[in-house]
Amino acid sequence: MSGRSDKMVPLAVKIVVSGGLGVGKTTFIGAISEIEPLDTEAAITQVSVGVDSLDGVESKTTTTVALDFGRITLNPAISLYLFGTPGQDRFSFLWDDLVEGALGTVVLVDTRRIEDCFPALDYFEAQRAPFVLAVNHFPGARRFELDEVREALGLGDDVPVVDCDARDRRSVRDVLVVLMDRVIRERTAGRERSAALV
Amino acid sequence: MEEDNSFVRPFIITGGRVEPTQSDLRLETLVVAVRPPDESLTFERKRVAAVCASPTTVAEVAHRVGVPLGVAKVLISDLVAVGHLACRQPAELSLHTLERIRDHVRAL
Repeated sequence: MSGRSDKMVPLAVKIVVSGGLGVGKTTFIGAISEIEPLDTEAAITQVSVGVDSLDGVESKTTTTVALDFGRITLNPAISLYLFGTPGQDRFSFLWDDLVEGALGTVVLVDTRRIEDCFPALDYFEAQRAPFVLAVNHFPGARRFELDEVREALGLGDDVPVVDCDARDRRSVRDVLVVLMDRVIRERTAGRERSAALV
Repeated sequence: MEEDNSFVRPFIITGGRVEPTQSDLRLETLVVAVRPPDESLTFERKRVAAVCASPTTVAEVAHRVGVPLGVAKVLISDLVAVGHLACRQPAELSLHTLERIRDHVRAL
């Protein structure tokens, strides 16, 4: 097709970072990104009944949502982007855009508020997208065995569950490697399945 | 930054269209200008073309031009159609590429 070029434009790949509000998504992305987190504003026009208008006239307000966004240049031909999902549930409709074409997802969990990751787990399990669960350890939080976390969340054996410190670059890198290993395993398994069908 | 009194409804900029002519633009798709912006381009399209002087993601274009993502996608796809911008078509990555990405990440 005209207007396209594979030579001039590096390959851009994406990993999504999800989890509840305040679980450390921005910290996780910031720990490894070369660029400052970027506020990508997705304006949402909301129609609401103005609370200060007695005649019930609808008023429109435009709100914005900031998406965490990081970049890692793997080599001159490949850039890896990290996108955080908006923490607030009311922006969950943006997730489809975020997830489309992603290599996989890191779901962060804080063991003090383990239930906060349920919406993310539900979403990514339904998508059948590869994900890993990373337990972000907060100072003062009680430590749980990873198997206990897996059991509490009802995760299958195929979902990697790992410890992480979202402030630590090496820890973040290790989580991303575990995710890539799973992505590669799934791809290989998919190949074998389709070969078996032939 | 734009003053509030110059607020333009986002889809006025796109002529009321909400669907990009190219549906395969993702947030992370890199777009790059293949020729300098000229006078034929309207204001926002000129800004998009200027921002893309070096490869820039769709998400960054939206941020830097100051338009919502949906608007940025429409403007970018228009500019690709008229040959001002080039983008790389997303394709399924080979196993080999996935392994290269993993190895690069491990080496970070």
